[in-house]
Amino acid sequence: MGPSQTIVLQTPIRPRLNRRKLTITLALLAALAIVAILAAGILSTEAATQTSFLHKNHPPGADHPLGTDWLGRDMLARTLKGLSLSILIGLGASTVSAFLALILGVASATLGGKIDSVVSWGVDVVMGLPHLMLLILISYALGKGLVGVTVAVAISHWPNLTRVIRAEIIQLKSSNYILIPQKMGHGWFYVAKNHMLPNVFPQFLVGLILLFPHAILHEASVTFLGFGLSPEQPGIGIILSESMKYLSLGYWWLSLFPGLALLATVLLFDRLGHCVRELIDPHSVHD
Amino acid sequence: MSSFWQKSAAGYLLKSTVRLVLVIAAVSVISFVLVSESPIDPIKAYVGEVGLANMNEETYAKFQAYFGTDIPPVKRYLNWAHDFIRGDMGQSLLYRQPVTGVIKEKFANSMALMALAWVFSGIVAFVLGVLAGVFKNSALDKIIKNYALVLASAPTFWLALIALMVFSVWLRIFPIGFSVPLGVAAADVTVWDSLYHLALPALTLSLTGIASITLHTREKVIDVMGEDYILYARARGQRLWPMVTGHVIRNVTLPAITLQFASISEIFGGSVLVEQVFSFPGLGQAAVRAGIGGDAPLLLGIAIISAALVFGGNLLANLLYGLIDPKIRRQGRAS
Amino acid sequence: MTDRNPDILTVEDLTIRFSRYEKGLRKTDLTVINGLSVSVANSELVAVVGSSGSGKSLLAHTLLGILPSNCGASGAIRFLGEPLDNRRIADLRGKRIVLVPQSVTYLDPLKKVGPQVLNDRTDPPSIRAQEKLFEYYGLSPKTAGLYPFELSGGMARRVLLSAAMMETPRLIIADEPTPGLHLSAAKKAMLNFRNFANEGNGVLLITHDLELALETADKIAVFYAGTTVEVAPVGDFRSAATLRHPYTKALWRALPQNGFQPFPGTQPYAGDPIKGCPFAKRCPTVSDACHLDIPQRELRGGLVRCHQAV
Repeated sequence: MGPSQTIVLQTPIRPRLNRRKLTITLALLAALAIVAILAAGILSTEAATQTSFLHKNHPPGADHPLGTDWLGRDMLARTLKGLSLSILIGLGASTVSAFLALILGVASATLGGKIDSVVSWGVDVVMGLPHLMLLILISYALGKGLVGVTVAVAISHWPNLTRVIRAEIIQLKSSNYILIPQKMGHGWFYVAKNHMLPNVFPQFLVGLILLFPHAILHEASVTFLGFGLSPEQPGIGIILSESMKYLSLGYWWLSLFPGLALLATVLLFDRLGHCVRELIDPHSVHD
Repeated sequence: MSSFWQKSAAGYLLKSTVRLVLVIAAVSVISFVLVSESPIDPIKAYVGEVGLANMNEETYAKFQAYFGTDIPPVKRYLNWAHDFIRGDMGQSLLYRQPVTGVIKEKFANSMALMALAWVFSGIVAFVLGVLAGVFKNSALDKIIKNYALVLASAPTFWLALIALMVFSVWLRIFPIGFSVPLGVAAADVTVWDSLYHLALPALTLSLTGIASITLHTREKVIDVMGEDYILYARARGQRLWPMVTGHVIRNVTLPAITLQFASISEIFGGSVLVEQVFSFPGLGQAAVRAGIGGDAPLLLGIAIISAALVFGGNLLANLLYGLIDPKIRRQGRAS
Repeated sequence: MTDRNPDILTVEDLTIRFSRYEKGLRKTDLTVINGLSVSVANSELVAVVGSSGSGKSLLAHTLLGILPSNCGASGAIRFLGEPLDNRRIADLRGKRIVLVPQSVTYLDPLKKVGPQVLNDRTDPPSIRAQEKLFEYYGLSPKTAGLYPFELSGGMARRVLLSAAMMETPRLIIADEPTPGLHLSAAKKAMLNFRNFANEGNGVLLITHDLELALETADKIAVFYAGTTVEVAPVGDFRSAATLRHPYTKALWRALPQNGFQPFPGTQPYAGDPIKGCPFAKRCPTVSDACHLDIPQRELRGGLVRCHQAV
């Protein structure tokens, strides 16, 4: 038999994108966005509420890039102000919610028994109501305003992360580096603090980042419906709710830009959360 | 079908009913506490600031009796629960009729809206998710994935506003709102009229559902595509489409059912927002009006209905699972 | 070029690389199989023996065209004398070249066994063929109506064999077909492959189990760190002296009946850059020349990749 020719059987499809690079870029972008929007929100407080009857209902132009509303207020300033409010509430609510989830998850997994049943039951009940319905109920109970809506969003968002953390810890509990210190006589708190928390921290971080866009979206939703912020606090929900009256008049810029700004913020943090999750656990996502 | 399955199904149904009762009880207590804690004074919400100031004490007492604000909360809850068990959810303060009546009327509208959006989003999302997953990393996948990612981040009510602006205000293809044309006697409203008014809200409502179900379906498809049996099918020379229809879709169906029924909760939330934008007279709009107007009995009633809907969806998903998954179905035969 | 009685399969100089991102931001190519050669003659059962992580399953995946898409492969493969490329492999796989996979996870869990064995064919002759195969392998006709989770390990193996024999293959590639089976049970399973080979066909048995390979194979290719270090007729395994490569000798001595001597060290991780002989680090007779390129050469009716072998 003659010499065989070596041929290429398959050329590799190169992996397209470096996940790490993307994550770092997104993280920087997200941090930058938060700082910039918060700063802009503070700076634009005056411009956001300043009325001008000479410049009512201007479509986007050189003077007002995003146009003006029916009171002549600059929509760019209002959008930035609204977004900064949303981000503040989102940060507050998702942080409270994530810590609530951490405490409840750790407690129910380590203490077990009655506490576990109560927490699981609480998860069931909260998940048993449509999210928005629960938000309406809580906002209704707490009344309008920044605190009410923050608490409402925080209280309604913990169940998912609680489940994740609880499951993670139950799995950890059977591993040796938890069992051995327990055998050595270290107390519950010591073991939880030194051996469990470091292990659930990645999940906690991912959960926290992913809670944030949800919190923003839901805050905007309840506010839009009239339960969250009051009209003096121009959150994105308030701006969009007001824009509804001018929709039939064709003032499209009142709705389009604030919503787009909200969408971009949500998308940015959602992607960031997924990227971080993929870095931590490469098998969890397929992007 | 084995009698075992029927028996276990009956047992499951019984257990589920008990759980339903427990969850509804919990939801009602929590909702009741929340509603009672509200700083919203129903009387003030009802007659307005000026009305309240001008009211004499006798009238105020009458109003208190009407709204039940003069009774302590625990007793009020027990009264309410007692009535609820007999099918009476109290009197809606805003609509001035029994809550059950208001809910019945709004429920039909909302169900039409939600069912249409639910079925539509389920079908479209399944197809998109399977296509994206099978052709992972292709241009088609990228388009579908990014489309879904952006939609999933878009606030539902904003999508509704944009849809209303484009299709109703600019293009004038669809009406601006209401589930039936105004000024037409109820008897004269045809099915087509209703559908015409339902189309845009339902389409908008389905968009958010499509986004999340597409992304989840895609993930499941990619999981399945990485399974050993797909590798084996390829090693046996199976072509792509027989493989997709024979193995991939078969194995994605079960998780897809769970996803689809779990989305009921989301779609209810979405319907509240969409109904608000489209002035669609459904449960969601009623809930918002009740919340703002201090109509606690109505808000409570709608909360409980929504919980029952979510629960029913989960129950149905589990029953379907048992029917489809051979592992559950055959357990009876094996034992 | 054409041979009147060509080997069933020859693989020469097979190289497989993975392309991936490493820690940090760098992209790297990992060579997991390097210069692999093996052949299967008529009526021959050839065992490719290597420890797990040596990349031997990738050989099977190459021959069936099911390598992951992020890897590149090159080499000279001939099937019945005909050079193969990926397109030709796609025509032959499942028909002339068939895979017997290792476990029940290779069956669709939600599909009954019968249609899976039939590969969705519904014509009466195929159904009759399937029924005959089930009878031949001692499976009851009811088996066709079962789901994979209802099969025992032994049944699953026979089902997978039936699926392979539904076609008219000339080459069976068996990838670890007997995991978790006792030697006696595994030997019984091997009998089927032996019989198939004896009818003038070829079997490529990929396994980590040298003992099993010795029981049934005609020829053994010893696989280490992505390449074949030795190909020897099974008879040469009667004593360490007739073997060629130090790794093969070490494997031989590690068998229970030959003293059960363990040997220190571990196989290099797939993709570790290796210059020269990959076994050099663990070799008792290592010399400077071992770190140079070592070509594969013929020796006493076998092949070896060691410059010291005599």
